[in-house]
Amino acid sequence: MEGLGPEEWQAVWLSVRVAATATLFSVPLGLLAALALARGRFPGRWAFNILVHLPLIMPPVVTGYLLLLAFGRKGPLGAFFDEVFGLVFAFRWTGAALAAGVMGFPLVVRAIRLAIEAVDPRLEEAAATLGASRWRIFATVTLPMILPGILAGAVLGFAKGLGEFGATITFVSNIPGQTRTLPLAIDAALDVPGAEPLALSLAVVSVVLAAAALGLSEWLARRSLKKTGAL
Amino acid sequence: MLTVDLRIELPDFTAEAAFEAPAGVTALFGRSGAGKTTLINAVAGLVRPASGRIEVGGTVLFDAAKGIDLPVQARKVGYVFQDGRLFPHMTVARNLSYGGSVDAQRVIAMLGLGPLLARSPATLSGGERQRVALGRALMSGPRILLMDEPLSALDAERKEEILPYLERLRDETELPILYVSHDMSEVARLATTLVIVDRGRVLRSGPVAQVLSDPASVRSLGVREAGAVITGTVESYDARDDLSRLVFDGGALILPCRLGPEGSTARVRVAASDVILARTAPKEISALNVLPVKITGLAQGKGPGVAVGLQAGSARLLARVTRRSAAALELEEGQEIFAIIKATAVARRDIGHS
Repeated sequence: MEGLGPEEWQAVWLSVRVAATATLFSVPLGLLAALALARGRFPGRWAFNILVHLPLIMPPVVTGYLLLLAFGRKGPLGAFFDEVFGLVFAFRWTGAALAAGVMGFPLVVRAIRLAIEAVDPRLEEAAATLGASRWRIFATVTLPMILPGILAGAVLGFAKGLGEFGATITFVSNIPGQTRTLPLAIDAALDVPGAEPLALSLAVVSVVLAAAALGLSEWLARRSLKKTGAL
Repeated sequence: MLTVDLRIELPDFTAEAAFEAPAGVTALFGRSGAGKTTLINAVAGLVRPASGRIEVGGTVLFDAAKGIDLPVQARKVGYVFQDGRLFPHMTVARNLSYGGSVDAQRVIAMLGLGPLLARSPATLSGGERQRVALGRALMSGPRILLMDEPLSALDAERKEEILPYLERLRDETELPILYVSHDMSEVARLATTLVIVDRGRVLRSGPVAQVLSDPASVRSLGVREAGAVITGTVESYDARDDLSRLVFDGGALILPCRLGPEGSTARVRVAASDVILARTAPKEISALNVLPVKITGLAQGKGPGVAVGLQAGSARLLARVTRRSAAALELEEGQEIFAIIKATAVARRDIGHS
């Protein structure tokens, strides 16, 4: 194994930043999507469910390509964000974060949806008889009870963001300092003759980060069970 | 006062019920699946009736004709669910104050909740949980208290732990209480008004002593559940024999155990099948209670039984005998006979206080 140079550390921190940004956006949106799927009764719910799950079941390279078509400089959404917010995704770290967020989204939604479905609606009924408004019921009963599920979803999304490769490299390519996250750095190192020990070091960092994220998620899940008295 | 008159479409049948619940405990009694919980949920606003009207103390909660349907939140009903439904992520104190802190000190003292305040619901016993649920409902300052079989998940001992609190609540507050139950002992101890429900319809309703002593009620109640309630004053207690003497308007009853302090009021349920009838006062008999009574009515059941309504002073009793005995004794309305009641036939759970 070899010590990491500044370029490798850059890739590590970029990965963390990309994954954190992706999580920051996918959790609130994932909460809304999970609420709609768990509680909503609207036409096209099944289609929405499939749409949410697409990144999980499609080849990542397809997701990346579709992102490129939609969010590339000339893509309809890419042009819209550039014009309205001055936000460019193509070949930028923001694009890597978008790819990570989209790929992790189904995992975030699934974790939160399970938590919502585990909430006993009769508790919410009880809160209503005590005079609580729908918002107050959500904030004081539903949200605290699904909070561990939300945190677990966030951890899953974060871990997925750290490891995302296919969609990222297809959408924003492999640019050092801009879009070269950990997995892409490992891939690049494997292409350079003699840089294999470096790839191993990066792989170890990757394993440590992923294991830490999973451990945190398990702990949160346990805590949630204990709190609701199921354990 | 609660006034209910509504129609609710259910999968199996259509509930069409009208009844009134004055101050005190109004028991909705019937077997499971009779639609009792549906009726109480309609009052709470958790079930929407197809038509009808619900009014509590001058406030209209629901009126299909006028298009009034207050949301659950605005109805101000204190609902104590069968399973408590405490919020698991909150302490007892936070559960209690969730709907408000009306009369907090008095409620906490009355229900003995002080020592539980810092606890989490998961650590409470079933009885404690129901006391907290009751406190939470009361502290929300309700117009009416709704209780859906609040004791059915508890064993006999835990029930005994809660019933005195409910008796106090009934006697100390003006709050109308709508109480769903399928346990006749509970109903006889707590209810001031009784509404018998079957398949979503009200079979009989009225003051509890009147409904329970009416021979015609036997068929709607079921023969095992039939039996009158007698309210009297505890006159004395004989520690040597462990027997109490309860005096009421039509005589006195000797009953097992200490019913309460001398001078206190107690009510006992005497099951119809535990009452024996005799034309003449029997001698040398083990039963301690022989009451002279007058027959107020007879009702033929579907089976071999006859329900006999009896009057002793202003108190009412109900006896159930076979058709053969009724014929042999030539029982008829207005006749003066004797009712014989074994002291040991009255179980502890059939004795209430007020």
